[in-house]
Amino acid sequence: MLLDANVIEKKRSPRLMKNSFMKMLFLFSTLIGLVVLVVLLGTTLLDGWKYLTVDFFTNFSSSRPSRAGIKGAILGTLWLMAFTTPIAIFLSVGTALYLEEYAPKNKFTKFVETNIANLAGVPSVVFGLLGLTIFVRQFGLGNSVIAASLTLSLMIMPVIVVASQEALRTVPLAVREASIGMGASKWQTVSRIILPAAIPGIITGIILAISRAIGETAPLVVIGIPVALLTTPSSPLDSFQALPMQIYNWVKMPQAEFQNLTAAAIIVLLALLLMMNFVAIIIRNKYSKRF
Amino acid sequence: MVDLNIRERIANNQRSKLVEKTVPIVLFSITIISVLTTIGILYTLIVETVHFFGRVSIVEFLTSTKWNAFSSTPSWGIFPLILGTLKIVVIGAIVAVPTGIGAAIYLSEYASDRTRRIIKPILEVLAGIPTVVYGAFAITFVTPFLQSFIPPLNHFNALSPGIVVGIMILPMIASLTEDALSSVPNSMREGSLGMGATKFETVSKVVLPAAISGVGAAVVLGLSRAIGETMIVSIAAGSTPNSSFNILESLQTMTGFIVQVTSGDAAFGTDVYYSLYAVGMTLFIFTLAMNMISQWITKRFREEY
Repeated sequence: MLLDANVIEKKRSPRLMKNSFMKMLFLFSTLIGLVVLVVLLGTTLLDGWKYLTVDFFTNFSSSRPSRAGIKGAILGTLWLMAFTTPIAIFLSVGTALYLEEYAPKNKFTKFVETNIANLAGVPSVVFGLLGLTIFVRQFGLGNSVIAASLTLSLMIMPVIVVASQEALRTVPLAVREASIGMGASKWQTVSRIILPAAIPGIITGIILAISRAIGETAPLVVIGIPVALLTTPSSPLDSFQALPMQIYNWVKMPQAEFQNLTAAAIIVLLALLLMMNFVAIIIRNKYSKRF
Repeated sequence: MVDLNIRERIANNQRSKLVEKTVPIVLFSITIISVLTTIGILYTLIVETVHFFGRVSIVEFLTSTKWNAFSSTPSWGIFPLILGTLKIVVIGAIVAVPTGIGAAIYLSEYASDRTRRIIKPILEVLAGIPTVVYGAFAITFVTPFLQSFIPPLNHFNALSPGIVVGIMILPMIASLTEDALSSVPNSMREGSLGMGATKFETVSKVVLPAAISGVGAAVVLGLSRAIGETMIVSIAAGSTPNSSFNILESLQTMTGFIVQVTSGDAAFGTDVYYSLYAVGMTLFIFTLAMNMISQWITKRFREEY
């Protein structure tokens, strides 16, 4: 007799108990992330919301907490994004179009793709060292908006390339063949048929990558973005402040009031990011086409 | 009328022929920039590291157990910085690996579609929080919170940033693991359940082994992120290179040193300035190795269904 009904019966209850116990454990692991998120947002809001005054948005950074604000940081971050976004789009979408639509299937193409996957894993602080050596010193751009934008563009490029490649891949072959069959050339097909069809996926990737760039601090520290500055940039060659740098600067201050200012600045940064993510979700839902 | 139209079209066609020829060249040149970026990183790191080893002995760098860059009699042993990084990574892994895999198992095997649709976006939000915010959270909330249980815990320590780094990489490990689990075909689950196995037995003996390459790759990628993590450790771990294994004391990681030097003013051309690149090179080698291991795991242990 291979199967003993009694043994099976005896073992069943502990097996089922183990199953429910493990299920609770897995559920608990899932909830840890949620609990942390709630605690993080809760403590930040509690510490910071009273400090979100009009003065906070219109004052420059100051060593006296009562007069410190984020005007320079907010405008600096906007300048940074205004230059990072077009550069990153140009580099990434161009690369993705080449790899998906034009590149021959050879060793070099494979090498470029592996290389991009490896670049995605390079720590942001190393991109900072690249920016410091090449853009700040070699090109003599100093700690300017354009030096920081170039650094951040290279850093987020792998993310947008991969997202754009995926978006381009979802455009079905039938659509391409239809376009070519109607007498359109390769570039006409790519620019008028494939790119418009893939654009929602590409834009979602761009927005998510840019929102990563907005919060990125380490490369900015490394290329020497100032923490206290009483001017806003008037050209891309000017120096600037940035929101995450302001947070990093304030969180290191010993006075208790700066902790509240840190929390207030974090609220502004997170609100900005949340808004961008929201736009990304809307674009994804509204314009995503099903073939 | 018709004649003109055709001429126009031919003219147009010739112009578009030029476009057809230039577009691939332009796109190819853009693609080359990604290769140039890698070359740029390698070039700057290698050239300046070689420069550093022209001033400081490489033997000292690799064997000394003291890192004291700012002293008048500096010592340059990378060991304390690597140890600091490893302390953070190990604590982060203890937090993130079991919870990340557990959460992935729950989402992929137990949760209903509705629960999944609610929880996944929340994990995405967690993944999108900037690291400087996590750093502020570590120093203003987690450290004081831990100090109420562990009084000897220093203001700067390994434990608090380690835990927070774990929380930071948790969503990444969870989402990559879930991808791996959901690529296991349902027929295998049904086979196991049909033989009378419980859900947990199915997960632990059938689904996880089948997805092990994806899970392993997810963990290694998460740890590689932890090694390169910068802001959490520069804010909450302090800036004292430490060669003891005590996790309650202040320490410095490789990334923390780079931030400390560049946020102060290390004059261009000093030993400290060049040491940046030697430390950056070490960091780069570590993360590159981890990424390659992850790619190797994916290739080597992949099971095709």
